[in-house]
Amino acid sequence: MSVEISRHWRLNPQRYRLVGEECPRCGGKIFPPRDVCPYCADNEPQPSFKFSGRGEVFSYTTVHNAPEGYEDQAPYTVALVKLEEGPLVTAQLTDVSSGEVEIGMPVEMVTRKIRVQGDEGLIIYGYKFRPQLQAA
Amino acid sequence: MPVMKPARDVGIVGYGSYVPRYRLPATEVARVWTDGTGGAPIKEKAVPGLDEDTLTIALEAARNALARARIDPQDIGAVWVGSESHPYAVKPTGTIIAEAIGASPHTEAADWQFACKAGTETIQAGIGFVAGGMAKYVLGIGADTAQGRPGDALEYTAAAGGAAFIIGPAEESLAVFEATYSYVTDTPDFWRRQYAHYPSHGQRFTGEPAYFHHVTSAGQHLMQELGRTAKDFEYVVLHQPNAKFPQRAARMLGFEKEQWATGLLSPVVGNTYAGASLLGLTAVLDVAKPGDRILCVSFGSGAGSDAFAIKVTGAITERRSLAPTTQTYIDRRVEIDYATYARYRQKLQMK
Ligand SMILES: [Zn+2]
Repeated sequence: MSVEISRHWRLNPQRYRLVGEECPRCGGKIFPPRDVCPYCADNEPQPSFKFSGRGEVFSYTTVHNAPEGYEDQAPYTVALVKLEEGPLVTAQLTDVSSGEVEIGMPVEMVTRKIRVQGDEGLIIYGYKFRPQLQAA
Repeated sequence: MPVMKPARDVGIVGYGSYVPRYRLPATEVARVWTDGTGGAPIKEKAVPGLDEDTLTIALEAARNALARARIDPQDIGAVWVGSESHPYAVKPTGTIIAEAIGASPHTEAADWQFACKAGTETIQAGIGFVAGGMAKYVLGIGADTAQGRPGDALEYTAAAGGAAFIIGPAEESLAVFEATYSYVTDTPDFWRRQYAHYPSHGQRFTGEPAYFHHVTSAGQHLMQELGRTAKDFEYVVLHQPNAKFPQRAARMLGFEKEQWATGLLSPVVGNTYAGASLLGLTAVLDVAKPGDRILCVSFGSGAGSDAFAIKVTGAITERRSLAPTTQTYIDRRVEIDYATYARYRQKLQMK
């Protein structure tokens, strides 16, 4: 496997399922997973924690000049989403037009195509957020 | 030929659907290609966004099915996806779904194909897999992002959507399979070769010898073997390539409008191919009462039909509210014009 492919493969749990960590010392919920707890600087191994995927828009910006691999989707909105368990996550918003987005808007995680590596490469799937749907 | 009845009672433990939010009205297709003349086979169809494909559609439907089933995903022994628009020619959709819902690695995974019948095949095989004790639960999915050649009749209807079902023991089910039956022949009504982008169809074969013959043969035979008639069912859901075919076939089988109206989504969603009959079934489960009987018949070109006799149980009432209804997705509607559609479906070559 190339370094690129193995990197994508290792990130699957967090990208597909929003699996982060829970600090064994302070109980803080951590996303993305990392070696040191951002709340109490504890560096014990942290058990994994699956986030609910619900949160709200903390801040946002619209991207018109997209970086390579994302041009097809421009213009799109990137938001800092505050997950209901605490952490802030940067992600693209989807199923929303830029005029509809506002601070505090309730959003939920969905899995979408993040980017496509040309005509012959991999299709990279991962999390985005959309306005929360109401269950029945 | 007797129908298929599992040795142990098996049912639907959870179900879920997904329909993208964009809608292309048939009047837009007509405006561009026929100068607005000629009738349209449906009102409008669901179009996937730029970041959606069969996998993302199947995955959201699967997550909804899991929410209703309330089971540990590690107990799912097989993840099967039926589609004619899998994102990769080689690389299974099923493994990505299995990983994303937390069912991997101790599970079977595979992609199925049989035109629009690929979804119901996974359900039929899942019934056998669960009844035979090979797996506690099977996740069967039908989803598609079908494409028609620009200007072709199929462009009015070729749509995107999907539905997922978790098959498991009858005791845990919100609906139970009474019996199932499959009817196939070699019929050249519709096909797509390996490297062709758009499908071809044998005009002469699409209606009478293909759709109507298989759907009514399968439905009729299943009802006959069970000693039932259309009157014994509260609902009927048939494969729905347009608005007209399923209504006519339902009438041929002896059904009335109030039995097919709930599950007939093609007028407002289009033809979701492998998702079509299963998506209709989710809309019925969203409103059915305990004790209701449902006849569901798929159709796949090539050609064949799978028929299912289903009886709803008391578990439906509390479980269906655990995920968004199919109507919720249908109501989440954003109309687009033909130019936006051409961009979303990547009909414009940008290089
Ligand atoms: Zn900590």
